[in-house]
Amino acid sequence: MPGDLLERLRARLADEGREAVFAHGLLAVQIPREALLDTANLLKEGFGFDLFLDVTAVDWPDRDPRFDVVYHLYSTRDHVRVRLKTTVPGTDPVVDTLVPLFGAAAYMERECHDMLGIRFRGNEDLRPILLYEGFEGHPLRKDYPKEREQPLVRYRE
Amino acid sequence: MNSSDQNKGAFEYLTTRKDELVGWARKFSLFPYPFVTACCAMEFMSVSSTMYDTDRFGAALPRFSPRQADLLMVVGTITHKQAPVLRRVYEQMCEPKWVMAFGVCATSGGFYRNYAALQGIDKIIPVDVYIPGCPPRPESVIDGIMQLQEKIAGSSHPIVSDRF
Ligand code: SF4
Repeated sequence: MPGDLLERLRARLADEGREAVFAHGLLAVQIPREALLDTANLLKEGFGFDLFLDVTAVDWPDRDPRFDVVYHLYSTRDHVRVRLKTTVPGTDPVVDTLVPLFGAAAYMERECHDMLGIRFRGNEDLRPILLYEGFEGHPLRKDYPKEREQPLVRYRE
Repeated sequence: MNSSDQNKGAFEYLTTRKDELVGWARKFSLFPYPFVTACCAMEFMSVSSTMYDTDRFGAALPRFSPRQADLLMVVGTITHKQAPVLRRVYEQMCEPKWVMAFGVCATSGGFYRNYAALQGIDKIIPVDVYIPGCPPRPESVIDGIMQLQEKIAGSSHPIVSDRF
């Protein structure tokens, strides 16, 4: 039963001092970034969260630490989702890559790196995936000027 | 009137009639290259299928090689990342060629004003006819095609030299 599973998960995480709460119908787990790999591993191996749905980040320009990095995992066995959240400071936006656990993370980490400039330690291939080579800055950061364009073709007069 | 003036007049008469003839032929044999990138595609499909049938205007048979097309239909949002491709496709088309900006995204970027969207394809290639709408109704597209046909019928069509 999903309810059961989530209860067990919550108890297990509480053992490790991690807080897990229900938010918007999802179990949301807040962790320090050092614990990311271990927690993701526990979720995958111990609780069957075998599908990596997404990684993204949220920019809070006036907050310290500035970024939330948010992961969504899904269990194809129990059909439930879980959200993992960690924070990183704007001066050092680095987290560990989850590629060793989930191959699919490779592309999504590239996108997150494109858009918000989060770096994933251990992901060797952070080339632009949606943006293009030579693009400066990270457009989904709140301090990227809304109207700044970086055209690849010279404009006609 | 001396004879050189007469010759000139005759030449101009001939040029005009030739332009009318070629224009008439060309305006009914548009071969569109659909450069379709976004939601406007749905309306493009609608206008090219039986209900609205651009074949009635001689503009239905799509060519998927720019070298065989003379009407570049830019249907949808163009991003800065795509811009070099669009420019290249345009450059590969043979003269005479015309460009239609289909929908507000192609026309002006539409409601996208951000890091990604090109603010109108006329920033990088010349455009002959703009069709407003998000997406445009098939009637507007047909109106656009007819306006383009008028433009073609009324322009000069040099086929031998610059002057003729
Ligand atoms: S004009 Fe509207 S319908 Fe057409 S591509 Fe842009 S957003 Fe989509």
